[in-house]
Amino acid sequence: MASSLTLMRRSCRFVSIFATTSRQSSSKTLAPPSLQTGLLLFLSQRFHDVETVLSWIPWLKNRVVRQKNVFYGYTQKNFGDNIATAFYVLSLKGGFRFAGQSEWFRSDKRGKFNWDFMNHRDSPVEEVDVSNTLINYTGLDNLVKQKCLRTLSLSGCTQVDDWFLSRLHVFQDTLEELDISHCPQITEGGLAALKNLRVLRRLDVSQLPRIQNPGLVVILLEEMLPQCQVTAAGFDHCLMDRHTQSDSQAQAP
Amino acid sequence: MSTWRGFCMTARTAQGFHVYSKCIYKHTQLCTLGFRKINTGRPVQSDFFKDLENQFKAFREKASEAMPGSDWTPFEINRSLPPERADIVIVGGGVIGWSIAYWLKQKERIREGVRVLVVERDPTYAQASTVLSAGGIRQQFSLPENIYLSLASADFLRNINEHLSVLNEEPVDLQFNHSGYLLLANENVAHIMEENHKTQRYAGAKVALLSPTQLKEKFPWINTDGVVLASHGLENEGWFDPWTLLNAFRRKAISMGVYQCFGEVTGFRYTTNPMTNTDGDKVEFQRIKYVNVQMPNSLEYQPVECAIVVNAAGANSGKVAEMVGIGLGPKDSMASVSLPVEPRKRFIYVVHCPDGPGLDTPFIIDYSGMYIRREGLGGNYITGMSPEEGEEPDTNNLEVDQEFFQDKIWPHLAKRVPAFECLKVKSAWAGFYDYNTFDQNAIVGIHPLVNNMFLATGFSGHGLQHSPAVGRAIAELILDGGFRTLDLSALGFQRIIKQEPVLERNIV
Repeated sequence: MASSLTLMRRSCRFVSIFATTSRQSSSKTLAPPSLQTGLLLFLSQRFHDVETVLSWIPWLKNRVVRQKNVFYGYTQKNFGDNIATAFYVLSLKGGFRFAGQSEWFRSDKRGKFNWDFMNHRDSPVEEVDVSNTLINYTGLDNLVKQKCLRTLSLSGCTQVDDWFLSRLHVFQDTLEELDISHCPQITEGGLAALKNLRVLRRLDVSQLPRIQNPGLVVILLEEMLPQCQVTAAGFDHCLMDRHTQSDSQAQAP
Repeated sequence: MSTWRGFCMTARTAQGFHVYSKCIYKHTQLCTLGFRKINTGRPVQSDFFKDLENQFKAFREKASEAMPGSDWTPFEINRSLPPERADIVIVGGGVIGWSIAYWLKQKERIREGVRVLVVERDPTYAQASTVLSAGGIRQQFSLPENIYLSLASADFLRNINEHLSVLNEEPVDLQFNHSGYLLLANENVAHIMEENHKTQRYAGAKVALLSPTQLKEKFPWINTDGVVLASHGLENEGWFDPWTLLNAFRRKAISMGVYQCFGEVTGFRYTTNPMTNTDGDKVEFQRIKYVNVQMPNSLEYQPVECAIVVNAAGANSGKVAEMVGIGLGPKDSMASVSLPVEPRKRFIYVVHCPDGPGLDTPFIIDYSGMYIRREGLGGNYITGMSPEEGEEPDTNNLEVDQEFFQDKIWPHLAKRVPAFECLKVKSAWAGFYDYNTFDQNAIVGIHPLVNNMFLATGFSGHGLQHSPAVGRAIAELILDGGFRTLDLSALGFQRIIKQEPVLERNIV
């Protein structure tokens, strides 16, 4: 009885997965899966072990992100908030500038950096450039203590999402420049949270692939942040296209 | 057919007089032959053999199905029937029910450790409160339990793809809008708002209090007349697509092996054990043995043998509880306390206002009870309001009272945001609240007299936003025997027996 039941369930599952895959491919006209994916799919439907191992893959892929964004509690306890932030930013292969100094501390391509920043315990961090790094929501824990942060560049960060933007309200009294261009996860829902940044002067929202109507969104952003200069390059041809589309849609009914 | 004939005719006329008549004859013959082959089918004789072959094939298939090890039975079985046995039956396949199912599977120690069945009445979810809600999440409550539930749920929604991603399926996109809630208070309730704010900050919610001047500075389009204090949620607040969340829970739970059944729970088979307490009073304990699940549009039903029942039937959970005899006992005894949950109809109106506030529109809740939020970027907003206690609309249907908007909502709306003086109602819908008439708060926990029925109901409009955390709490209660992460014992059924309401000191 039990075996027959499991068999039935297996077969049901088999069918359902097939049904879903076929539906997906029909709706999106995806190419049929490669031999390797197809084989893995087949094996995962057949054997629970393979399914479990496959379910570990996203976790393993995220491991680097998690390691990069751990809370630098030890550094913070022993060397203070500023050093913790600095160390975190440099470990991410980013760069920063202390308040009252003109030179930037940056790490090179290999992630090596100059340890001189350890001498500036009492200077708060004023500018942070973490573009093209793996910073995410949890990593922001290392930055939130900075009360003088004026510039934040997040250009090309793959892990920056709407929840990240909604948490930027901690810098609401100081943050003047924000660059979130080329972030693949940001949508309109997160941009609405930038309302909390009271003193924002410059905002770069170029090339956000998940924004549906960039032309409209940029206008709405400018309306929402009247003091702020919004840069939205890279949408050019896209902007025109969307505009004509939305115009024709508006005229249709 | 006529077109084909016409074609032949034109062919014939085109060939005209220059060609032999024989040739023309041949041509038409060919045409008609081809036509016949397409339409009238094969000769009768070959049909007979073909049919026989097919029948042999079908017989062979059936015989192979009947071999030991397959699930074929000589009796016709309805495939949509629920399994005969399940460990846990969840009554109600709304977001709470599926969340509980997901967490039960998440917490099981071994594969197939618990057999969970979710029974949902309506496969289209046409009347489900989950999908008819406004879809907001906020931390601005006064009860610490509610604040913690919202915080835990927001945390879940943030990491939703770590929790609810299914192998070989697309990731979940909730379309979360981080605009926050804006609660407005007049002078009568400002002190309550201040106290609530303290509780919220203490619990870890990021909420800011605004004076009318600050409010005007932040949202210039708001009319601050009558507003003494406002509180704006900065983080983890906003709204999202309820249908996506429900489907994500369902997809994940089914992929983990939860059984889904579309049918209606029409009754329970239960045993009754009379006992005497220390005061000498007789107390009757019930224990549910079977849940009767009736198939939609038929009289066929299946009793499902089960160990534990979870009542997550939302607005109808009062009726489900009555089926076990909750609230039907003799007067002044514990058994006479019914589950105080009943459906209440609430209207939601979609209005179009091209000159309305833009991207920064938060989820505004006025002290009059009116709420409004943005819907998309095209100048659409959805708005609603709870009616007065004495003017509850009829709950037999989901028809919308259009007058309600004109008479009750619009004046408040236009007063608060003057841009809404000219607007157009585009559509409207109604949905049910699972309204807790006792104290408008959730009832989470085991029923003291029916000792295998767990309750997760009575959320009074907060079910969607609390669903991830409540699902986890119920799963902990069932599998671990107590609350592990969030202590929700204050929201148990005991408070109703003791007549100690846990009221939300909200300004609305």
